Amino acid sequence: MEQGEAALERLAEDPRYRRLVRRRGRLGLALTAVMLVAYLGFVLLVAFDKPLLARSLAGGATSLGIPIGLGVILLAIALTGIYVYRANREFDAEVAAIVAEARR
Amino acid sequence: MTGSGGGTGWPALAMFGCFVLLTLAITRWAARRTRTAADFYAAGGGITGFQNGLAIAGDFMSAASFLGISAQIFADGYDGLIYSIGFLVGWPIVLFLMAERLRNLGRFTFADVASFRFAQTPVRTLAAMSTLLVVLFYLIAQMVGAGQLIRLLFGLPYPYAVAIVGVMMTLYVLFGGMLATTWVQIVKAVLLLGAASFMATAVLWQFGSPEALFARAVQAKAAAAAAKGAAPAEALAAGRAIMGPGGFIKDPVSAISLGLALMFGTAGLPHILMRFFTVPDARAARTSVLWATGWIGYFYLLTFVIGFGAIVLVGTDPRYLDAAGALRGGGNMAAVHLAHAIGGDLFLGFVSAVAFATILAVVAGLTLSGASAVSHDLYASVFRRGRADQAAELRVSRVTVVALALVAIALGILFEKQNVAFMVSLAFAMAASANFPVLLLSLLWRGCTTRGVVAGGAVGLALALGLTILSPAIWVTVLGHGAAIFPYGSPALFSMPAAFATIWLVSRLDRSGRAAVDRAGYVAQRVRSETGIGAVKASDH
Repeated sequence: MEQGEAALERLAEDPRYRRLVRRRGRLGLALTAVMLVAYLGFVLLVAFDKPLLARSLAGGATSLGIPIGLGVILLAIALTGIYVYRANREFDAEVAAIVAEARR
Repeated sequence: MTGSGGGTGWPALAMFGCFVLLTLAITRWAARRTRTAADFYAAGGGITGFQNGLAIAGDFMSAASFLGISAQIFADGYDGLIYSIGFLVGWPIVLFLMAERLRNLGRFTFADVASFRFAQTPVRTLAAMSTLLVVLFYLIAQMVGAGQLIRLLFGLPYPYAVAIVGVMMTLYVLFGGMLATTWVQIVKAVLLLGAASFMATAVLWQFGSPEALFARAVQAKAAAAAAKGAAPAEALAAGRAIMGPGGFIKDPVSAISLGLALMFGTAGLPHILMRFFTVPDARAARTSVLWATGWIGYFYLLTFVIGFGAIVLVGTDPRYLDAAGALRGGGNMAAVHLAHAIGGDLFLGFVSAVAFATILAVVAGLTLSGASAVSHDLYASVFRRGRADQAAELRVSRVTVVALALVAIALGILFEKQNVAFMVSLAFAMAASANFPVLLLSLLWRGCTTRGVVAGGAVGLALALGLTILSPAIWVTVLGHGAAIFPYGSPALFSMPAAFATIWLVSRLDRSGRAAVDRAGYVAQRVRSETGIGAVKASDH
């Protein structure tokens, strides 16, 4: 299904295509920002406030750093999950509709 | 232990033999299905998202991350977690910015995507150079680690160990191409995740709860400090120290720089990016990152428990310690000794065999990626200007596999006594400073031109390499000079922005005729990358 460049450039003007790319791009960018802030925040905490992370969580051996560190790991998986969920549920169908219409 | 100086005896050899036979059978099966270039480079695009997720995890969870991170946790506790988090957080970025667009535009190598709308010769030459550099440094680090590990585990002399790894990876890639490489990685990922799950479960079972495990680990470290003559208060502090960050991060600049290299390097590693061409479409590419992130994150949780388990079960058991109280066989043996403490000789053999298998899977992926850069990017696209026939291209690829293996074996032996710890982080820094900026701007910035990406990619690559040479890891540790000229642990904080800035500046100033073609190609490329129109389909079998 090779399409000419002209057809692709016409598709780029399709408002539905523009809306899809804008929404998907914004989601990707927002999730990237969340990951970046969470991770660099964690690294800065490690660099500047080691005692905070070493502080006991509830009087026991477990330190505050454990839930924070594991939290960053779980956040990475969760953000990936959010993107895949939205892409599978919304974006794929929209792409299919846009492509199908452009082909007619 | 059956052998105090290393050598884990027959169970390990027998189980490793089983793994070798299994993977050779896979290679034979894959060889019959590998006919075209698409088969060789991308397994015909027929790998599912779930399988690719496991293979990515298998590609990424190196022996260094299994033995190295658990050893770091064994030694310093919490610091090991900081390192593993850095390796994980790159994956969401790969998904949000790269995976689907890569699958929609590319066929075999990331250079397909980076050069999509640009002049082929300069961009592919740059991409091939950076691929070879990244692959070579990563490969040397793996080979040296493999040689040392196998000498310890199986009692084999170092050169033989390196040669065995080189020969095995050549067999997989040469005959089975991407299909064999993928399945070797999947088998290895399942074995490694299985072994690590068993160990972590056994540790938690024994202590009842994570809190009990941590408390015992703190006690064990305090007792060890007291035994070495520390005052009670000091010993207590030494014990508590494993629950928080210690000396791993020295200064904030190095910390952020290494963080950036790990985070964005993942999105620029050629052997990782190549995995997205093995799936049928963008949806499968997306699914594979979710699986990969899940498996890799789960794996790092396991290594955390394994490392703390080793502090208690290995660090306090004289069977695993030498006269000075250090681990027998060196620091990297923490997880291996823990396997023995948990499951005796048989499980020790299993974990040793898994560690060996782990190395083989990683080096196979690296070799295939390096070979495809030479045959697909340099030979077929640059040298033959896209007019090479498929048979000739595959021949070049196979010759390159053998050449790369020989180089890797030679360098592996040459670097035996060198400190190669900097090589993996250098590979990540180069990927973050050259491949990542080039890919991102070529995908998302209309104004980007051929000259821009070539200049920016070259600047990023040269700076990452140059600053690393001037940094303490090489300038002081390897070359033996007094003070490092570049005082930080990683160059990425400087080299990555420099690459972005160079691409931007050179592209903006570019008034050449080619630049007009480059910019004109943007809209169509963007539509293809977003919708998958015209994307290469899976080949039929």
